[in-house]
Parts: sequence; structure tokens; C-alpha cells
Amino acid sequence: MRHTLTDLLRNCGAGLRALLVLTLLTGVLYPLAVTGAAQALFHHEANGSPLTADGREVGSALIGQRYLLPPDDPDDPDEEPRPDPRWFQPRPSDGLGTHGAHTRHEPLISGATNLAADSPELVQAVEAARAEVVAFNSVPGHAVDPADVPADAVTSSGSGLDPHISPAYARLQVRRVAAENGLSAERVNALVEEHTLGRTLGFIGEPRVPVLALNVALDALPRDAR
Amino acid sequence: MNAQLAGVLQLTALLGALALAHRPLGDHLAAVYTSPRHLRVERWAYRAIGVRPDAEAGWTGYLRGVLTFSLVGIAALYLLQRLQGVLPGSPGFAAIDPDQAFNTAVSFVTNTNWQSYAGEQAMGHVVQTAGLATQNFLSAAVGMAVAVALVRGFARARTGELGNFWVDLVRGTFRVLLPLSLLGALVLVACGVIQNLSGIHAVGQFLGGPQEWNGGAVASQEAIKLLGTNGGGYFNANSAHPFENPTPFSNLFEIFLILLIPVALTRTFGRMVGSPRQGYAVLGAMAVLWVAFAGLMLLAEHHGAGPAPELAGGAMEGKETRFGVSGSALFAVATTGTSTGAVNAFHSSFTGLGGGITLLMTQLGEIAPGGVGSGLYGMLIMALIAVFVAGLMVGRTPEYLGKRLGPREMKLAACYLLATPALVLLGTAAAVALPTPPDSALNGGAHGFTEILYAYTSAAHNNGSAFAGLSADTAWYNTTLGLAMLLGRLLPIVLVLALAGSLAAQPRLPVTAGTLQTGKPLFTALLTATPLVISGLTFVPALALGPLAEGLAA
Repeated sequence: MRHTLTDLLRNCGAGLRALLVLTLLTGVLYPLAVTGAAQALFHHEANGSPLTADGREVGSALIGQRYLLPPDDPDDPDEEPRPDPRWFQPRPSDGLGTHGAHTRHEPLISGATNLAADSPELVQAVEAARAEVVAFNSVPGHAVDPADVPADAVTSSGSGLDPHISPAYARLQVRRVAAENGLSAERVNALVEEHTLGRTLGFIGEPRVPVLALNVALDALPRDAR
Repeated sequence: MNAQLAGVLQLTALLGALALAHRPLGDHLAAVYTSPRHLRVERWAYRAIGVRPDAEAGWTGYLRGVLTFSLVGIAALYLLQRLQGVLPGSPGFAAIDPDQAFNTAVSFVTNTNWQSYAGEQAMGHVVQTAGLATQNFLSAAVGMAVAVALVRGFARARTGELGNFWVDLVRGTFRVLLPLSLLGALVLVACGVIQNLSGIHAVGQFLGGPQEWNGGAVASQEAIKLLGTNGGGYFNANSAHPFENPTPFSNLFEIFLILLIPVALTRTFGRMVGSPRQGYAVLGAMAVLWVAFAGLMLLAEHHGAGPAPELAGGAMEGKETRFGVSGSALFAVATTGTSTGAVNAFHSSFTGLGGGITLLMTQLGEIAPGGVGSGLYGMLIMALIAVFVAGLMVGRTPEYLGKRLGPREMKLAACYLLATPALVLLGTAAAVALPTPPDSALNGGAHGFTEILYAYTSAAHNNGSAFAGLSADTAWYNTTLGLAMLLGRLLPIVLVLALAGSLAAQPRLPVTAGTLQTGKPLFTALLTATPLVISGLTFVPALALGPLAEGLAA
């Protein structure tokens, strides 16, 4: 009995020492080495691909944002957020918002709705989103056909932070954005075309438009063109 | 080009890349686990650990190494999380509750990486890198070590010795996982995955006002998360988060990383038993199953059946624009066909059939191509069953690779087949029968049942993906899922090592005219059918209550 006990302790000692040695290597040296190399070789990417406009940081090229009107009553937390019609709008984001359970900060929490394909709640959300997209993007003289609303405009993404929309959803927003900014639809359409990304090597991924870069470019259009 | 064709081309490119890479890597792995030479850093490591690297152990000694190392790992990771609030280096993060800390510790040590917490809100740098990322390496190295021990059981004859666990652990980490992860991490950073040491910080926004983000060593963890078929995301959204998976190319590269080592290990197996054809026969079965399910998944998701996808005009709920339906479908089949459990789209929002495929892939036993190490030993157990069935048909004593499969070997293989399904079905039944656990399901009815079945399937098979509608951060789920993960990992390992021991002790039988040719396509076909029949018989009743009921109602 004593023999097995010492055996067990010796084994546990070896296990603990192995854990410490390997933690030092894989948990300390390895991440530091990757960080050093990444910061030296890919400084921009390693720090979140920040995007600046007029010398001002406007966010990350990779993280979706919301483009909302300022709230009527800043003290009312229940006020429905309203999208700002001057800007291209991202996909609906029903992610998890911010959360501070384990920290004193309020970082963005990524995540999806996880609603099932047969969930009545999701069906309702899709219907509501479609009605909203149609109403929001219809301008005098041009009503949006509900059949033209693409799937990404009425569903939320996996991360809740999707930085892209489909080219179809971007085109659908052109008339509204043009009208709100006093620009011609042709000019805004050309801007969307310019910012549309194709599939990598022609077959990897899907065509898409990065909303932040598009809005930054829209903002930078010369004043006399407005 | 339409989206379906682009998906098929991505699948083809992936298979091509794996075909190119598996041979050199598999040969390298075989050399790593058979070479008598030690590197100098490895000698230092053995001295620090206090083991003699040239002493080999029998199966009980090997098992003792695996068990103590795993249990010490769980205890250390538990303590690290409980002490997070007072540790330096994680400002602002508090200690994790006991039940969640237990669940997470078991989850990462068992290569499951089920996460009942949201990464960016719960875990600071120290726990993420020194605790979680480390276990990403070590659980994968343990999986490879166990698989190699089983292969040695076939390759050796008349010996009690299976190798030295500590040597296999250290070599797998030093010579395979670390160099591959380093390369993989840098490719990911080049695509846009972040790698920095900043904490939660504010970043400017287009319309003014800040948004708060968590920085961190994401790329270094992402690479081993996928290479080691671990799957535990740095962020809550896992590989759907743009900082973990920023571009369509990074997405395809991540799928490649998931499948790389499990596929290469079949080559290693062939090399170590002295006949690469045996490895290809096993790889053939894995490939047929994986490609068939990938094709079905692409069909199901592009067809987009179900009230919500039909109304929306496509199954894009829970999917990212840059990956689209094809990139999400391929990732889902890769992550559930291995024991990875990382997600780039949320399986709960897949179509009924697509969600059912993810569940079935896991229930096959994660052998197509399976987790790092666990996929190979799982498939080799299936090979024993296939040989046994074939032997019964022709009335001969079954043998595989020159080893007789007697009553002891078949009992161990049968116990292996029963262990994990028993954990899945008993766990699900208990959760459904008790009054409060079902309340955690987000969706009602058949889909709610699927959420619970998926959770126990994922835990017991050490997958770690979720039908994430289930709110699993309760004392009940943290504890029972933790136990399912622990037993789902260790019971099969005990049985595999016992089997390896009894195979190694046998003499090698000569090949005769009556020997079943296990290096031929006919055997591959038999090996493909075996897991389908076994999992089908085991899980169809449970599947009928969940995804099948949902799919038929739609």
C-alpha cells in the first residue's frame, strides 16, 4: 500500500513538473514569440486593422458598427434605436450587446441569436426586418419591392459584428443614401461598385461590401458634389 | 459563378491541399514517434520533469502517465480560474465560479473545449494563454500519444512495452504542434487575426463615441485551437468573430488546419505498421464519409428548407456574409467530423437537415477524420469491428495486421463502442426527465430536445460545439456535462491502451491465403459502412425525437 502511494505521488510530481515545463513553453514563450513576430511583420493587422479618416480613428475595418441617430432622450434606456438614413446600414444585429459580469469593463460581446429555422420568433423577426428594410429604403418615386430584399438584410450574422453586407443589399440602399445626402444615385452606385469585393481567387467566400469603408468614402465625397 | 459551384470548388481546393500536405507531415510524425534520438531541449525537459527518456512502459504504466497528467492539468486549470481575481496580468477580471471553473478545466484538458462562458467577458490574458491555450497543446499531444501507443500495439510483437508517455508528450509538442502553430498563427495574423497584449480598451467609431474591445494573443491561440482540434474560441462567437476569422481565405485555411493532423496521422499509421496501403485504406473510409456529408451539407444549406430560411430567401441566419452558405457548411462538417467544435456559423440556426448532419457527424464517433489522435484510434476500433464482422461471415478467426482478435480484444472494442453513447443517452434522458434542466433550452419542442441531445453528444464525444441556444451555465449542466466530458475522454483511452497492451504482447501471425486483405478498397467500403450502421442503430431513436421530427414538420 505504501509502495503504491509513493508511486502515485512520484507520478503526480512528474505530471506537475511536466505541466510547468510545457506551460512555460506553450503558454508563455510561444504566445510571446508569435506576438513579437506579428507586431514586427504585420503591425497593422495584429492590432485590429484600424481604419482612420481625416486623422481620426473610426474603428476597425473588420468589426461591424451601427449607424444610428442620436437618441431623442439620452436618459431613456428603452428607447428604440433608429438607423441614420444618411449612411449605409449593416445587417440586423441581435448579438448579445455589452456585458460586464466578470469585468469592470463593458466590452462588446459577440454572438448569434441561435434561433432555429422553424422558430416562430425568427420567422417574425425576418418578417419585421423585411417590412422595415422596405419602408426605410423606399424613396419618393421608387418603392422597394419586398422580393428584392436579400437574405443577409433580414437575418443576423454569427458574430453579431459582421462588417459586410451583400452587394444586393448595398445596391438596395443606394437611392435612399443618395437622396439623404443630396447626391445622384449614379454617383453612389459607382461608389458601391468601387467598394464591392469579389470572391478571393474567384471562388473562395462570397462577394461583399465593407460597410465602414463605404461610409467613410461616402463621407469623403467632395462637398460641391452634394 | 454561382454560390454552389464556388462551394464545390472550395471543397476541391481543400481536398487538393490535404492530399499534398498529408504525406510529408505523416512521414514526419512517424519519424518523431520512432526516432531513438532526443533533441537537446527535450533532454532539458526530461531532466526538469524527472523522467528517464529511454525507459519504456507497459500499458498500465503508459495509462498511469496519461491519467496523472490529465488530472494534474484539470486541478491546475481549476485553480488558475478560481484565482483569476488576485492573479497579476488580468486587470479587471474576477474569479470564475466553482461549477463553471470545473466545467472549463475538464473541457480544455479533455480536448473538448465546450465553453459555458463568453471568452471576452470572462477570461483574462493569463487564463487564456497560460491556462487555456496551453491545454490546447497538451490535450492534442496526449491524443496523439495514445493513438501512437495503439499503433505500436499493432506494429510490435511479443513485448509488454508501448513506449514512454512523457517522451511522446514532449516530442508531439516540441516537434509537431509548436512549429506548425507558429507558422499557422503568422498566416492568420497576415489575414487580420489580432495578436497583441492590450487589455480591454476603447476604440473610436465612425459616428463618434467609443466601443470597447478585448485585445489579446488571439492568433497564437487560434492556430492551436484548430490544429489540435480543440475548438475553444478566444471570443464568444468563436471563428465567426472577425478577429478570429477575418477573410474568406482565412476561413478555408482554418478548415485546412482542422483536418491536417488527423488526415496525416493515417499516413503515420501506415508507415509505422510497415504498409502505407493500410493507412490509405483507413484514410479512404474517412474521406468517403467526410466528402459525402460535406456534399449533403452543401445541398441542405443551399436549398434552405424551413420556415425562416424560406421567408428570408436563404439560410443566412447565424452566418457571416464573407463566408456565405458554402464556407459555413464546409466549416461545420470539418468541425463536427473532427473533435474540434469551433464554429464559424451557428449550428442552431442551420436548416433542420443541416443541423441534423452536424449532430450525426459527431455521433459517428468523430472518425471522419476525427480529433487529433482520437480520430485514428476511433477509426482503428471500427476497423477491428469491421474485421470481426467479416470474419463472422466467412467463419474464420478475425485478424488485423497480423494480430488475432480474440475474446479479450473484442470485449475491449465493444466496451469502447458502448461507453460514449451510454454517456450521451443517459445524460440526455436525465436532463429531460428532471424538472428544471429543460428550462435552459432556448427553443421549444423538437428543437429544444435537439439542443439538449446536442450538448451531451458534444460533451461525451469531446467535440465542444453547441446548439448554442441552450443556456448551459447552470450548476446542473456545468457539472453533468463536465462529468460526461471527463468520462467520454478517459474511458475510451483506458480501453484503447488496454487493447494496445494485449495486441503488443501477441506474436505476429503469418499472412495466409485466408487472411482478409485490409489494404484493399473492399475493406475501405466495409470500414465506411461499419460506423454508419453502428451509430445509426445507437442514435436513430434519439434523432427521431429531435432533428428528424423538426425536419419532417418543416
